Amino acid sequence: MYDIASIYEAKSVDDAIRALKEDPGALIIAGGTDVLIKVREGKLSGCRLVSIHGLIEELSGVVLTPGGDIEIGPLTTFRQVAEDPVIRARIPVLGQAVDQAGGPQLRAVGTIGGNVCNGITSADSASTLMALDARLRVKGPRGEREVPISQWYKGVGRVDLAPYELLVKLVIPRENYEGYTGHYIKYAMRNAMDIATLGVSCLVKLDEQRRIVDDVCLAFGVAGPVPMRSYGAEAAVRGLPVEQAVSAIGKAALEDVNPRDSWRASKALRLQLVEELSARALAEAARKGGAAV
Amino acid sequence: MIQVLKCTVNGKPVELGIDPRESLADTLRERLGLTSVKKGCEVGECGACTVLVDGVAIDSCIYLSVWAQDKHILTVEGLQDENGELSPIQRTFVEEAAVQCGFCTPGIIMSAVEIVGSGRHYTRDELRRLISGHLCRCTGYQNILNAVERAVEEVHRTVGK
Ligand SMILES: Cc1cc2nc3c(=O)[nH]c(=O)nc-3n(C[C@H](O)[C@H](O)[C@H](O)COP(=O)(O)OP(=O)(O)OC[C@H]3O[C@@H](n4cnc5c(N)ncnc54)[C@H](O)[C@@H]3O)c2cc1C
Ligand code: FES
Ligand code: FES
Repeated sequence: MYDIASIYEAKSVDDAIRALKEDPGALIIAGGTDVLIKVREGKLSGCRLVSIHGLIEELSGVVLTPGGDIEIGPLTTFRQVAEDPVIRARIPVLGQAVDQAGGPQLRAVGTIGGNVCNGITSADSASTLMALDARLRVKGPRGEREVPISQWYKGVGRVDLAPYELLVKLVIPRENYEGYTGHYIKYAMRNAMDIATLGVSCLVKLDEQRRIVDDVCLAFGVAGPVPMRSYGAEAAVRGLPVEQAVSAIGKAALEDVNPRDSWRASKALRLQLVEELSARALAEAARKGGAAV
Repeated sequence: MIQVLKCTVNGKPVELGIDPRESLADTLRERLGLTSVKKGCEVGECGACTVLVDGVAIDSCIYLSVWAQDKHILTVEGLQDENGELSPIQRTFVEEAAVQCGFCTPGIIMSAVEIVGSGRHYTRDELRRLISGHLCRCTGYQNILNAVERAVEEVHRTVGK
């Protein structure tokens, strides 16, 4: 039995917002794979929950808009994201990233929305969503607003969600993925059921000859308190031939990051991972784009 | 705080009173006596509590029973045929000596049911990934993989190409 005071099954997004307003302090639960663990650990004992678990029609699924943007419902599970035909065809790197979370049973329940709302730096979807510059649409009592993911993370476990607000959509604008290929590397002690020691996601756009890096987006999880882009490294290698970019990107990224010591790994190891894995992620992303590296 | 849960468990419609704070593992074990559903870690790490919800393997320890409303739940108790004979997957687990203490077995068998039911072929590495949400402290996994691999093959043989 979970130590929760109450759980309300919301009938719709608006009903969830209303329920949150009526019960300030109540917490949203989606797939529950973070919330229920915290209840078990005692960190959320006695909490009151508003469940959006059943709002499949409103909040789940992937849609390609006529304009070519990709809209992902926050309740879409890791597994559904990884298996979705639009994701596979247009942003396979995101499917590849979420397919590395936990194990199969976890991926069948954990949602991509929960993964960005928990504000955790190791979240496996976060670095790729940062690289893609996703836009997060939230809805509250005063209607909807859109937040670029670059302004979403406010600190460890804190995101730009005001009281009574829900994440209702993750939007990947067409210009942010079209023409790019990407690669995500999760470094962890085990191949499954482990939290990332470091996560690196790299998107690259090559010139027509597949030799020059026209554009690159590099983002990290666990290289700082929140998921982050490495704008300095991106600027440093833009315009370079692929091989030079691969050898330069790691050192340049070190200027941007700020990892710490934790029981999982030392700062020194994380810095080494930033340097080495940035290069590998860029090389692999470029390879997928047709470069011979 | 009692709520009515209506769902199908192992092919039979059930309607029962539950506490909304219960995990599906609690409900299946305590209210329905389905003790094949094991509680190992109760935090989604070990897979001992794995059951199928609408055909998909999930950890029932971190799944609230209220979410099972109108869904189809399958546990190992639902695998035997009407004569009480073991299912082909259970048989391969026995024959490949994939069971030692047996604590992880029902959970892994339920994942295997989903894997075999997909009708696809898998490489050994793919199978390893598909059962990576389970911990077994006894077998070293090799015999489990042998059993799952054989179950996949046998189903293909009996169903035909
Ligand atoms: C065994 C195990 C292994 C795991 N392994 C990984 C891993 O490898 N990688 C990884 O990234 N994560 C991992 N996780 C963590 C977790 O599964 C993910 O963070 C998942 O994405 C959480 O989604 P959820 O729907 O289950 O979240 P919930 O627990 O339902 O919610 C998480 C948080 O987000 C909020 N929230 C959820 N949806 C919304 C919404 N639409 N609007 C506003 N707020 C919302 C909730 O209030 C809560 O604060 C693991 C968890 C477990 C139990
Ligand atoms: S008891 Fe559910 S995963 Fe361990
Ligand atoms: S047989 Fe003992 S845990 Fe797997």
